[in-house]
Amino acid sequence: MSFANQLVDLIAALLLLTSFAMLAQRRLTALVDLLALQGVLLTAATLVAAWVTGHAHLYLSALLSLVLKVVVLPTLLRRLVRRLDLQWDREALVNTPTTMLVGIVLVIVAFNLALPISALSGTILRGALGIALASVLLAFLMMITRRKAVSQVIGFLAMENGLFFAATSVTYGMPMIVELGIALDVLVAAFVFGIFFFRIRETFDSLDTRHLETRPAGEGEDV
Amino acid sequence: MSFVSFSPLPCALGIAVYWIALGILGLTQRADREAGRILYAAGAAGGLLLAVTAAWALGDAPTAIQLPLGLPGLPFHLRLDSLSAFFLVLLGLAVTGISLFSTGYFISGSTTNDRVTCLHYHFFLAAMVFVLLADDAYMFMVAWESMALVSYFLVTSDHRFAEIRSAGFLYLVVAHVGAMAILLCFGVLHGPDGGYTFEAMRNADRTPFWATTAFLLALVGFGAKAGFLPLHAWLPEAHPAAPSPVSALMSGVMLKTAIYGLLRIGFDLLPIQYASWGVIALALGLVTMLYGVLFAAVQTDMKRLLAYSSIENIGLVLAAIGLAIVFRVHAMPALAALALCAALFHCLNHALFKSLLFLATGAVMHATSQRSLGRLGGLIHPMPWVAGAALVGTLAIAGLPPLNGFVSEWLLLQAFLLSPELPDPYLRMLVPVATAALVLAAAVAAYVMVKFYGVVFLGQPREPSLRYAHDADVWQRAGLLFLVACCVLAGLFPVTVLNGIDHVATGLLGRGMGDAVGRQWLHVTPVSAERASYSPLLVLAGILGVVSAVFLYVRVRYHMRTRRAPPWDCGFPAQTSRMQDTAEGFGQPIKQIFEPFFRIEREMPSPFDGAPRYRARTEDKLWYVLYLPLVRFVERIAGWVARLQHGRIQWYLVYSFATLLALLVLIRFQ
Repeated sequence: MSFANQLVDLIAALLLLTSFAMLAQRRLTALVDLLALQGVLLTAATLVAAWVTGHAHLYLSALLSLVLKVVVLPTLLRRLVRRLDLQWDREALVNTPTTMLVGIVLVIVAFNLALPISALSGTILRGALGIALASVLLAFLMMITRRKAVSQVIGFLAMENGLFFAATSVTYGMPMIVELGIALDVLVAAFVFGIFFFRIRETFDSLDTRHLETRPAGEGEDV
Repeated sequence: MSFVSFSPLPCALGIAVYWIALGILGLTQRADREAGRILYAAGAAGGLLLAVTAAWALGDAPTAIQLPLGLPGLPFHLRLDSLSAFFLVLLGLAVTGISLFSTGYFISGSTTNDRVTCLHYHFFLAAMVFVLLADDAYMFMVAWESMALVSYFLVTSDHRFAEIRSAGFLYLVVAHVGAMAILLCFGVLHGPDGGYTFEAMRNADRTPFWATTAFLLALVGFGAKAGFLPLHAWLPEAHPAAPSPVSALMSGVMLKTAIYGLLRIGFDLLPIQYASWGVIALALGLVTMLYGVLFAAVQTDMKRLLAYSSIENIGLVLAAIGLAIVFRVHAMPALAALALCAALFHCLNHALFKSLLFLATGAVMHATSQRSLGRLGGLIHPMPWVAGAALVGTLAIAGLPPLNGFVSEWLLLQAFLLSPELPDPYLRMLVPVATAALVLAAAVAAYVMVKFYGVVFLGQPREPSLRYAHDADVWQRAGLLFLVACCVLAGLFPVTVLNGIDHVATGLLGRGMGDAVGRQWLHVTPVSAERASYSPLLVLAGILGVVSAVFLYVRVRYHMRTRRAPPWDCGFPAQTSRMQDTAEGFGQPIKQIFEPFFRIEREMPSPFDGAPRYRARTEDKLWYVLYLPLVRFVERIAGWVARLQHGRIQWYLVYSFATLLALLVLIRFQ
């Protein structure tokens, strides 16, 4: 196994680790830090791929990841958390150990699913596809188990990270135009979410998405 | 045709486009300007032109064109034959009167948004033309659904009121159920290789089972629009909700497009009929007719009364169509032509007099803001024009000679009376019952009309403000008078009308009434001169002679004096308007005799009540037996589905998550 392969496997393992860490982490600032860490890992993975293959556009892609996922989005989210004065997402719907167990099951499922696709792929990063899929599913799981809107947005961005990693590992990245489009989408989404949070907060004095539920008449007393 | 340059089909198409243009022009009008009204008058001119054009095309060979519109590979086909032409004449005549009336009716502020109403009104007219001209299932469905949607918007043009919105919703639901049945019907009818043109459907081979399925689907689909039992529930709700000219259009013309569709499929696209269809249509028509007329008798709202009366008339038309099928199957083409001509003539008559009556109620509502019969009365004095026009409409719908309603009912009765010649013994037994039902319905219809006219226009005003009601303006009078003239002319010269209708019967059945109507212009002779014939001009002369003789005799006998007294005075000094007969009181005998048909809620005051109040509500039993259980069933199913809808973001995420996982697993283990 070449050095590059070992390096990518290491990065993939770290990515999976951060996914699990996000699943367990309840402090919002720490969640943002983990998201930024994922960004760093993605940048590294893309750089390795660029170095092995020599594709120029992968360097550009790595630069994009660095700017967007390590600098811009985490900064935006940190400012958001600070301005909204949020520290914790205490009220998880499912407790942490159960979530972790479900997460482990998801990883096994993801590896199983990725098996035939990895076999077809001829790139150096083929073992990483299972991990990429696993981190997508784990991010999804995080969105399901959290109540605060900010954690759900972080989950959404983490999902995007997983997808990006999958694309890099299987096909050496998406075409440049697609990648640019996605980057722009994520940025716009972050802005929209930011506005949205302030609106929820103004309306309900809370960011708990429970307040957005439409309830049938007669059940509304316990809000 | 003698000259080639004039072709009716592009002309009819041009008028439809002209109406669409008028509608768009109406949308651009400034809301505060009265100039928009003139668009309706311009539309009326189009209506008259359409009637003349289509009358010209009656009896010509069918012409067809293909429009370069529609989807790629699915062009729109148009065709004008005698059947379409006849219904276009009906549409054109009714629209001329209604649009003239609308010019005076839709003054600014009469609906929630006048400009949009103008747009919908003219689009509605154009959609009906396209329904009548369509020559493929695709074009037909597009036109049919446009018609349904636009008429829904017209019904709800006063959407500020909750009951109008719910009436519109009911109409929309029934219209969609019907459209689905029609769509399935076309699915069954399709030609070889999925041909969707009517030409391909005509030439397709089908087994009796599929032909019957198609006919029954058409009966359900067009029945939902026409108001056959039990799909009639929307009519008495939607007609009062709509502005009066719209009610007139819907009742007078739109219901006829459903009859057109039924004839198009039942006779034209399905060339071979079966006896069972005729019996089903006959029975359904008779039941609808009786049901409609009985409910009309107990209504206390003018427009609901007229809506139920429309159900009755549509039932009569359906019964006549059923009879035509029965005769045709038993190889009696002359009688089949007679029954079919009666049905078509009645369609035309109903379009004329029901539009007239709805417009008259519109004028009354405009002047008094009242719809309830309990708050009207004595309007013949402040509104002589409307009262005069409504009298003609009332006499026509009651089926009195020499007006047009009599001719069609008489022709139908002749057809029924000749049916003992049928070979099938069971049918021979059924037909006397059917004839009795027809006569009963005709008699009760006359009774209903006496109630309608008597309570609204005669007697004393039931509210003091009614004395100051204003009569219709010039445009409204013009519309009413046009329809009055049509009713009178169609009644006095039925042979001319029948000659036109005969072309339709010839086109559909292969032979018409033949010499029976064609030779003589004075007498209508459906079968033979020995058996029965009718001459409206002679009847009119007789009526005029007797009336003037009596008038002169009374004048001479009572020394040429005229004494005026309050109506129903009866020499009692302290009489009030509350002492006269009411709509409820007039309908009471029917309510008593036919009590099992109704669902009646009564509030009886106790003998010791200081301020006694009597209240009775008569409702449609079918609504409770059929519609409400259906509504509850749908609500229960919707409740199950709604359990998926928590409004909780996490659950929606779980749904997506589960779907994603399931799809991934599916791919993996495929």
